[in-house]
Amino acid sequence: MKRVIFIAFLLSLSFAATSSAQTITVGFTVSRTGALNVDSLEQYRGFELWRDTVNAAGGIKAGGKSYMVQFASYDDESNSKRVQQLYTRMILEDKADFLFSPYSSSLTATAAIVTEQYEKIMLTTGAAEEKTYKLGNQYLFQMFAPATQYLTAALDALKARDPKATVAFVYEDASFSVAVVTPAKAYAQQLGFNVVFAEAYAPNTTDFSAIIDKVIASKATVLLGGGHYADGSTLARQLYGHKVPLKMVALLVAPDSPQWSELGDAAVGVIVPSQWEPQSTFKAQYGPSGADFGKAYSAKYNAPPSYESAGGYASGLILQHAIEQAGGTDTAKVAAALNSTDLTTFYGRSKFSTVASEHGLQVGHTIFLAQWQNDKSGALVKQVVWPLAGKSADLKYPIR
Amino acid sequence: MSGILASMIDGLLIGSVYGLAAMGLSLIWGVMDVINLTHGSMIALGMFGMYLLFSATASNAYFLLAPLIVVGLVLGIIVYWLAVNWVVDRPILMSLLSTFAVNMVVIGLGTAIWSTSPYNVNFSVPGITVGEYTFTGNHIAAASSAVVIALLLELFLRRTRAGKAIRAVADNRAAAELMGISSTRVLMVAFAIGIALAMASGALVSTLFPFTILSGAGYQLKSFVVTVLAGLGKPFGALIAGVLLGLLEGAVSPFIAVSWIPLIEFGLFVVVLIAFPRGIFGKATA
Amino acid sequence: MILRRPLLWLILALAALFVWLPLRNHDVALREDLILVAVAIILTSNLNLMIGYTGYVNFGHIVFYGLGGYVGLYLATVLNWNLIVAALIAGVTVSVLALLFGLGILRLRGAYFALATIGVLVAVQAFVANFEPWGRSTGMYVSFASYAPLGGARRALWITYYLIIGVMALSLVLSLGIRRSKFGLGLFAIREDEDAAIVLGVNATVYKAIIYSVSAFLPAVAGALMFFKNGMIDPSIAFEYMLSLEGIVMLMLGGQGTVAGSALGGALYERLRSYLLTSPRLSEFHLVIAGALLLLVVRLAPGGLIGWLYRLVPRSREVVE
Repeated sequence: MKRVIFIAFLLSLSFAATSSAQTITVGFTVSRTGALNVDSLEQYRGFELWRDTVNAAGGIKAGGKSYMVQFASYDDESNSKRVQQLYTRMILEDKADFLFSPYSSSLTATAAIVTEQYEKIMLTTGAAEEKTYKLGNQYLFQMFAPATQYLTAALDALKARDPKATVAFVYEDASFSVAVVTPAKAYAQQLGFNVVFAEAYAPNTTDFSAIIDKVIASKATVLLGGGHYADGSTLARQLYGHKVPLKMVALLVAPDSPQWSELGDAAVGVIVPSQWEPQSTFKAQYGPSGADFGKAYSAKYNAPPSYESAGGYASGLILQHAIEQAGGTDTAKVAAALNSTDLTTFYGRSKFSTVASEHGLQVGHTIFLAQWQNDKSGALVKQVVWPLAGKSADLKYPIR
Repeated sequence: MSGILASMIDGLLIGSVYGLAAMGLSLIWGVMDVINLTHGSMIALGMFGMYLLFSATASNAYFLLAPLIVVGLVLGIIVYWLAVNWVVDRPILMSLLSTFAVNMVVIGLGTAIWSTSPYNVNFSVPGITVGEYTFTGNHIAAASSAVVIALLLELFLRRTRAGKAIRAVADNRAAAELMGISSTRVLMVAFAIGIALAMASGALVSTLFPFTILSGAGYQLKSFVVTVLAGLGKPFGALIAGVLLGLLEGAVSPFIAVSWIPLIEFGLFVVVLIAFPRGIFGKATA
Repeated sequence: MILRRPLLWLILALAALFVWLPLRNHDVALREDLILVAVAIILTSNLNLMIGYTGYVNFGHIVFYGLGGYVGLYLATVLNWNLIVAALIAGVTVSVLALLFGLGILRLRGAYFALATIGVLVAVQAFVANFEPWGRSTGMYVSFASYAPLGGARRALWITYYLIIGVMALSLVLSLGIRRSKFGLGLFAIREDEDAAIVLGVNATVYKAIIYSVSAFLPAVAGALMFFKNGMIDPSIAFEYMLSLEGIVMLMLGGQGTVAGSALGGALYERLRSYLLTSPRLSEFHLVIAGALLLLVVRLAPGGLIGWLYRLVPRSREVVE
């Protein structure tokens, strides 16, 4: 039934479409190859679904005109070397009106240097690290809740269940995970946890045996950390293979991907700090509901959406909303509209800081914790376990 | 059980796989003086070969090594005629470049087919638990397979006619040719065996860790280190050097952050290269 | 006299063209393309000093570029030094380090030297990835304030572009100067037969160490400038093994041992890579195409494009060195 309503909503929009269609070009790079490609492609699907939905509805309507959305996008190979060349190309040759960020904090930082120079709006998604927003940028708007929040949520949940736990931090030595773990370590100590082990591993690590032996020796009962998909999934498998007696494992990014369930028993119990989960029930003031987004996404890609996909789609929605508010595509007006945005979509609340020293930092969005659990039929599903108000299942603690 | 002992056993197990990977590189280098830069991509193909075969047959992954070695031999012969035969005896730069070109093509095709996402071979052998430490069955099975393959190769080189011909060509190609050994055929066989070993080691790694088409590069670098420690052209020495390298990793890792290990390893590599250009186990012949 | 050599004027004309083309229509997209071409030429022509002139295959050449980037960025953005001073100090520091390393690893020959250079590259990368003042694996970010002394980010990028073009011209002129000098002839002698060269009185150890150190200087300066422009540096982009190998590919493509060849190879390969990467149909196959091309060049024209030109027009040797 909901689906029918959603389609009807799309149809009504398309009938309302005026005939004077113009196009706006949104540029971004995607890591089609390289270490980031799993997460980056999910983000891309979010962009793509948004574009197709908008265009099927006759485009973005603003100031009496309608604008069809087209993309200019290239492969950045998960490497910042060509990011500036490609963003410059999109701005100048492909005449991109607006930009989305590449995936990951470090590629986004590199792209931001170019987009700021050209005074182009860039909505950043998949880039949680805060440093970039404190360099004095004017046209950068962050969709993700900042990195600081990721593991503090996990520590709060732990505090409620087991205040005497001993904690180990094992994390990727990369911009994002360091930005997450550094404040988390301090917060753990502040909450009175005993942090017994902390070590960063190189981004391309595949063999964690040495680190795992050290975790065992440290007698930690809780492990927090991870980084991106490749290393996080590997770490979880090996923790399971070595039968490390942990009561709680929370890893960044990786467990959010639908592919995580391929790990089988090693996937069970792992917690992921998440920007969005399909179970979240935000009352959308604008755009589709979470359920409709999930259905449309699964229908198109045969996989459930991850929070990267949701972030991608939401970036489109927020941009669309701002263009509508601004009544056109003029950069200054759209930027002003973004500055005053305070909107709840299926993705949750989005509001950008307008304080000069941290302009564009996301201040409305918050982090969930999701845990992989076996449901009654034994199938692996991801449940929201934190915040307690929005939970879809209880936190399973200890894991086994 | 103490942490350092557990860590050294883990090192020993993974070290034998490093050793097997390096044997292929060492054999080719020793026999025809070619640094095979396709090594990494062949290791990666071994990983994906195992993935495809395992997905198709769902049989015991370690039994699949045999067909993969056969595939490796065939592939080795193809690569030999494509890129190696005409650079033997040419300046070192030529062989480096022609094998590197093949490496680029293989990685490029692999990226187009499999993208660079991680893949897993979901096969697991029950492990052994001692106290709080568990050694996974896959590590034990992979290490044993590596040792068995290495022993078979050594037997082949010492006991069979073809193996003796390879050793003769490695020692002195001109003399071997005078004895009526067709060196081109011998070189081709040696190259094919080298590739098959690389693929076999890749296949073993795929049962331990997730992998992407780019994963071979790291093992190629490790293979360089192992080969140099062992002395060039000493396949069995490479196995031992691989095990030693693994033990070293295991022994130092409890005391320092794991991220320092490459510095120690490659620092050692450069020092050994300068101090003992013929390898620690190399004979001091002129 | 270097002034009588036509190639010198060609080099200067090329540099002038690089300056003029993007300036004409204030075409920043073209500038971004050309700056990568210029960097490819800088890396290739300095690599040529080792591979083409001296016959030593350096697989880890990119270590100079990356280290230069780190030293330069640290001075320019953490200590807030003037960019040009920072870049020059980066060049000098890396050259001195190269001299020290060189005295060790240049005792090795052939494949052993090639392997040692890979070892140095990986070891340096591992060191930097653990070095706290340089931000370990996360690297360093340039704050927007660092662009202020150059008149804001937009002007700063133009300035770095001109500086890079300058470094490119210097690299080519350096190659040209060394090529016919007594020093250069000594290097060629080492390349042809090192033992014979020693017998003839070439102090091979000193020559090799000097050229190794010299080949480090301009890439390090370029690294400092490029990473400043890039806005961030981390060990994986600073010490990219693949880029090091691509440098060798570019050199072979153009023709090793020649000044024009290193420039031509660098420029063509970089444009090809850029084109393949942004072409919707071929982007998936860019590595396959580049690899197949390399295999063809090595097999059919081992002298590269310039070698092929020499065969076609023997007299061109006089002009195109």
